[in-house]
Amino acid sequence: MTTIDVQHITVSYKVGDFTSLGLKDVLIQKIKGTYQAKMFEAVKDVTFSLKKGDLLGIVGTNGAGKSTLLKVISGIMRPTCGSVGTKGSIASLLELASGFDGDLTVKENTFLRGAMLGYTKEYMVNTYQQILEFAELTEYEDRLFRQLSSGMKSRLAFSIACLVKPDILILDEVLSVGDGAFRKKSENKMMEIIEGGATTILVSHSLSQIKRMSTKVLWLDHGEAVDFGDTDNICQAYEKFLKKKK
Amino acid sequence: MLKTIQQPIEQLKKYQFLFTELVKRDFKKKYKRTVLGMFWSILSPLLQLIVMAIVFTKFFGRGTEHYIIYLFSGNLIFSFFKESTNGGMTSLMSNANIIKKINLPKYLFLLSKEVSSCINFGLTLIIYFVFVAIDGIPFSFRFLLLLYPVACLLIFNIGMGFILSALFVIFKDVKYLYDIFTQLLMYLSAIFYTVDIYPESMQKLFYCNPVYVYITYFRRIVIDGVIPGLPTHFLCFFYAAVMLILGCLFYKKYNYKFLYYL
Repeated sequence: MTTIDVQHITVSYKVGDFTSLGLKDVLIQKIKGTYQAKMFEAVKDVTFSLKKGDLLGIVGTNGAGKSTLLKVISGIMRPTCGSVGTKGSIASLLELASGFDGDLTVKENTFLRGAMLGYTKEYMVNTYQQILEFAELTEYEDRLFRQLSSGMKSRLAFSIACLVKPDILILDEVLSVGDGAFRKKSENKMMEIIEGGATTILVSHSLSQIKRMSTKVLWLDHGEAVDFGDTDNICQAYEKFLKKKK
Repeated sequence: MLKTIQQPIEQLKKYQFLFTELVKRDFKKKYKRTVLGMFWSILSPLLQLIVMAIVFTKFFGRGTEHYIIYLFSGNLIFSFFKESTNGGMTSLMSNANIIKKINLPKYLFLLSKEVSSCINFGLTLIIYFVFVAIDGIPFSFRFLLLLYPVACLLIFNIGMGFILSALFVIFKDVKYLYDIFTQLLMYLSAIFYTVDIYPESMQKLFYCNPVYVYITYFRRIVIDGVIPGLPTHFLCFFYAAVMLILGCLFYKKYNYKFLYYL
């Protein structure tokens, strides 16, 4: 059963200095006819599909369009061309520590984030203790969020987000969260979800992790899909490519 | 057509919990760690009112009955408009980190901001009625009608917020331009002067300014003790509806585009 079907996705948008120029100058330049904006293609014509239980690893250098692609699949961005078909609930864990409010307490932030992820109020009330325990933050409940260390922040973010049993799980560099002990714990938790039959997409710069976990690999470069398919072959080719660059 | 209305309402139901949490957050952040707490939001319009009363009573206040209430009505409505649209403008940008990472309807952030400025407005409204009572204006059931212009203005503000917030994501100078705009609009809204000094035809022109219409509605009810005519009611509704439709169209068009610039 196909759970993710990505067909010829292209994401392009205008880049240029118009955001720093401001409205006045852009209007004046438009009137004068000197206004220029280039189109930038972050993702170019990428096509792939995944079945239930697949674990796709996405590799590529910085700026290859990995995160943009994930945003399109999770529905945050809409592709300029092409289509994405997904089946079931999606949980996307994209660099989660940002987006919390530093001036609110840990408790308030937990509820706010839970609400954003679509949990109901009763569910949050019931699982709140469990979340804090998993994040090992029980005694920090009433601290202001900005007083936490960055590791603690990521731990909390991860603990709230991993509660669900999604059909599709999207992970962007989140398995490298927290200290050694927590990393082990979070990886176990992730494996639990993945083994429960979720389709997973994993972005990681750790090639060994990709090799160990993925069943399929997608290699992106400058927005284009270089290769898609078997893990070992592509990882080898990608390693070669990285060596050549050096 | 029906579907386009139904969908956001269903979404609102689904995100009701988030919505209340967002309003709570805005409120807590505003009042939590200030010594005077909620008192601040009352104090600032009061101070403004006092200064204006001292300065303008001499120039414009002669011959105007209940000049303080006249001033306060104008100030009250205009501050609501200004605060609410300014808050709306920055609502998307200040939640950029969330919008970039989690798939949520973005208008929730705008609406929650509008609701919390509305609550704020409610607080000043209480003070307003205290002043009305002190000034010896008797309370009447007509005052309940004031809900109508407030509701219209709220809708108007939401519409403005849609447009401003989308613009602000892309053009940062919109904030300064809008500051200038509101300042000019303030002078055109007859807050501290009366329009009687102008010829009849000029007076009609004031009705092109939506904020003036809402202020006038307030004054007619509270100071003059009469219910404004149907045309005023229609105008109130008309401005709100037009602004909301424009805002929604704008939002629908740029909703996904401004993600690239957050």
